[in-house]
Amino acid sequence: MLLGMGSEAVPSTLAELTERIRPVTLTAERRLPVLPAFATLLPGAGLRRGATVSVGSAVGVGGGTSLALALVAEASQTGCWVAAVGLASLGFVAADEMGVALERLVVVTAPTRDAWGGVVAALIDGFDLIILPADRVGARPAEARRLAARARERGVVLLLVGVGWPEGADLQLEVSRARWEGLDNGHGHLRARKVRIIRGGRGEAASPRRADFWLPGPDGKVQEVALAPVRSLRSLR
Amino acid sequence: MVGLRTLVVQCTDWSITAAGVSPQVPAAVFHANRVTATSPAAREHGVALHQRRREAQSRCPSLLVIAGDPARDARAFEPIVASLDALTPRVEITRPGEVAFPTRGPSRFFGGDEGLVSRTHAIVSEVLGERGRARVGVADGIFAATLAAEIARWTAVVPVGGTPAFLAPLPAATLDRPELVDVLGRLGVGTLGALAALPERDLLARFGKPGQAAWRLAAGLDERPPALGPPPADLTVSTVLDPPADTVAPAAFLARGLAEELHDRLWRRGSACTRVVIGAETEHGEHLERVWRAEGILTAAAIADRLRWQLDGWLQGSARHRPTSGISRLWLTPEEIVPAGGPQLGFWGSDIATVDRASRAVARVQGLLGMESVAVPEWRGSRDPATQVVLVSAAAVDLTAARPEAHRDRVVGPWPGRLPTPSPAWVHGDPPGAEVVDAAGDVVLVSGRGALSAPPWRVSVAGGPWAEVLHWAGPWPLEEWGWDTARRRRRARLQVVTTDGQARLFALELGRWRVEATYD
Repeated sequence: MLLGMGSEAVPSTLAELTERIRPVTLTAERRLPVLPAFATLLPGAGLRRGATVSVGSAVGVGGGTSLALALVAEASQTGCWVAAVGLASLGFVAADEMGVALERLVVVTAPTRDAWGGVVAALIDGFDLIILPADRVGARPAEARRLAARARERGVVLLLVGVGWPEGADLQLEVSRARWEGLDNGHGHLRARKVRIIRGGRGEAASPRRADFWLPGPDGKVQEVALAPVRSLRSLR
Repeated sequence: MVGLRTLVVQCTDWSITAAGVSPQVPAAVFHANRVTATSPAAREHGVALHQRRREAQSRCPSLLVIAGDPARDARAFEPIVASLDALTPRVEITRPGEVAFPTRGPSRFFGGDEGLVSRTHAIVSEVLGERGRARVGVADGIFAATLAAEIARWTAVVPVGGTPAFLAPLPAATLDRPELVDVLGRLGVGTLGALAALPERDLLARFGKPGQAAWRLAAGLDERPPALGPPPADLTVSTVLDPPADTVAPAAFLARGLAEELHDRLWRRGSACTRVVIGAETEHGEHLERVWRAEGILTAAAIADRLRWQLDGWLQGSARHRPTSGISRLWLTPEEIVPAGGPQLGFWGSDIATVDRASRAVARVQGLLGMESVAVPEWRGSRDPATQVVLVSAAAVDLTAARPEAHRDRVVGPWPGRLPTPSPAWVHGDPPGAEVVDAAGDVVLVSGRGALSAPPWRVSVAGGPWAEVLHWAGPWPLEEWGWDTARRRRRARLQVVTTDGQARLFALELGRWRVEATYD
């Protein structure tokens, strides 16, 4: 059969075959990298491209914004472009300290209510990660669904800060407890914060998990808090 | 191998001419807030390349400001390229305003290089008329020919074999490689002649490919060793336009896809192209072709740009140059291909395609919300978290270029009174009012010596519920602009953690507490 084919048909057949036997993209390749500290917290040790991620904190606890910045840091360092919409009072110094590359961060002023959908859709075409306040876009469930679908198709991560996203996000992270260290009635200054993060979500993130982190630690880095260390072996004697 | 004898035509200040501005008018073209071209009249006033707009305007208040538009430059250039078709079929466009072609055939026909040069100059000057000026140079190799044109008043011919001697006294800075030239300068190699006198092998060993390329140029050779043969024919990519396009928009839409197809096809063979033929066929069977070349490697975006510019030039030209019917087929043929090296990456290591994508999205959002709606952060020296990094309109910066302003190390010098790290994740542009009271219920105050009237007990933000103070630190006095009575500010700051776990930065100014920032 093969011998019967015209010789000019062979290269195109070969090209076709190459296409067919090419390995499919592994799920792990479709992830944006995150700080090593989050490796065990996030499924696949990364942010799945096309996922919606909600980041928040329990009422009165705080820490959601820092967590959002820490999540995008590694991807931003490795060349991804990040857009923040409607978050003009973001602390950019804090973003830099968390490791976000400011030269690949673009800030868009909050659009009017009607323009949100169009603006986020335009950003989805050009950026790898988009940070937005959940309640502003989520006001219209149909719009939210449309944007999530578009992000999934283009492989863009939508990071929703706060509550108010009508759909359950694919990955849900919540700071449930936060404790600051460094202040001492008039002395010292804020140095480090220990937070407990609860993970929930759908699909691969469905099984709940929780872990304690330094956000940031005394050295300014985000790290998973190790289990209570043994203070001293001598006391055991 | 001596460089191929080449003729270069340069239209001086082409961007100004293309904008339809007379050379007598002080005018400058700007891209990303920097001067990219000036008219002779503007130069007399001291306007120079790379100046910021404000500086240029302060040098010359009557300066005509023109927005940079490569498509306009290319469109206006097409008639000039078309006029050179009378001399040779092989005109290569280096960039809008500059063309080159090998002189071997036409030179013999017009009676030597001198004859060809004066003829070329006459033809181009006639098309240009009063709008601008052209310079023509001939030498061995395009690099020397370009320099000859740049130095010439009208025309310059470097005699056959005289190229190394012509190049020798020129400064090494004429090589468009600032990093390399900088190092060479510190090594005492200041001229092209001194560079050419070094052994090629040593330059290759020390500086790699760029070093070798620089040596070849300085020695009057072609930048790259000549290719062994023409690239295989099957690399041509083409597309059929149905219905035929007689406006730019539908054809330009296909340009991108075609350019990417060519780039991908080359990339898969490990090659990239430096010279590409853009061809088009019209319904009436007219055959249009133009060659574009680049000094470096043509990326997919660069090929797409050139294709779009060329279509613009063909379809929007004057009636005399325009094809008589719509374009029905488009093709791209790589004419010179080289092994694909590293220069695909941007200066700071990012993928050019990603930057392109992001800039396009930014442009679209600017279209939706207005030019000022998109901003990028830049570092400034300051004590306030709100002004340490400021937002600058994206319309005023070039996202595709390296931006040292976006790096923290740009800020030098200590700023005493700056907040200790970690910095707050929210910095309130319009700080909400707050109440900070002591155990007796009185407002906490700070004395002139920086002492608190009493420890804070509970706080309320913007009239909200009271929250009890768990920990606090401060007060940190901050005095700014002490020498300027109008701008003088005195504040005292307090870091407070309330029992619910929230940390905030309070500031007392003129007897009123505000929340400056939140450590969210």
